[in-house]
Amino acid sequence: MKPLRVLSLALVAGVLGLVAWAALAPVRFDSREEVFEIPKGTWARRMAGDKVEILPAQIRLTLGVRDVLRLRNGDEVPQQFGPTVLMPGQSLRLPFEVASTYSFACSAHLNGQMNIVVQPQPVSPWGRLSWRAAALWNALT
Amino acid sequence: MKPLFALFATLLLAASPVRADGGATLKAGTFDPPRAAPDFALAGSNGGQLKLSAYRGKVVLLGFGFTSCPDVCPTTLTTLAAAHKQLGVQGKDVQVLYITVDPKNDDAARLKEYLTWYDPSFVGGTGSEAALAAVRKSYGIVAKRSAAGGYSHSSFVYLIDRKGVLRALMPYDHPAADFVHDVRLLLASP
Repeated sequence: MKPLRVLSLALVAGVLGLVAWAALAPVRFDSREEVFEIPKGTWARRMAGDKVEILPAQIRLTLGVRDVLRLRNGDEVPQQFGPTVLMPGQSLRLPFEVASTYSFACSAHLNGQMNIVVQPQPVSPWGRLSWRAAALWNALT
Repeated sequence: MKPLFALFATLLLAASPVRADGGATLKAGTFDPPRAAPDFALAGSNGGQLKLSAYRGKVVLLGFGFTSCPDVCPTTLTTLAAAHKQLGVQGKDVQVLYITVDPKNDDAARLKEYLTWYDPSFVGGTGSEAALAAVRKSYGIVAKRSAAGGYSHSSFVYLIDRKGVLRALMPYDHPAADFVHDVRLLLASP
């Protein structure tokens, strides 16, 4: 067998293996928590006129994979963070059990609203493949 | 081809539903560490002063809204009433407090009439705009006038334990069963 042919076959096998892994292997993380933290000094930066953005306009979670939102105030003053006030060092652990879009009134966002999109658990091979592809895309963009 | 086949077979065997590895004890979002729930003194729909600290010994479910709310408040209060009913005798150890964000329209009498329709044990709170704004700020509640003339407001319910500690917040649209679940845990906690 020619070396080029062997290389091509190996490459195809590798791609197929990768796709198979993405479609069939369970989606796992060490933690089911998606963590957002107000870093120390945020209040001081805001007072100095710096427009600090901590929470994205939309937060995406996935049931059974990453379905717990943790908001933590690492600053030295109380902060309106997401739906509530958090004291310095305090956190809010918010679990989700139903796939849906959740909207919270939130003064940290310009439109006054925080949206959390909770996606269904990716259980089918196609679902896992789509989920991993979307996660890769989000990580790269 | 054997190694390739073995790889596919291994992947097939490894394929299983996404792992579920436990979670929070409460259905609601929990504070860590919890803090004392800010106290307040407002005019109560029961004819007296409404002080949160007067309800030590009971689990308090604290919500914010207004009596002409077209959707969120009726849903929340219906859910809370169902949960209160489902708690049975334990319901006597639970108090629902509902504070208005619309003091111009919601006086104590109107709150009483409104809340009694859902559950006669529910108590409403009202006061001056400044007093209510201070309460909202202490809990991180957002309420803004909407273009339609009503209010856009935070829709979750705070869970306060028997010692007056702010333990959790339940997002909007959770079923009554989730409130029952969490209230029973709070009632059982030391």
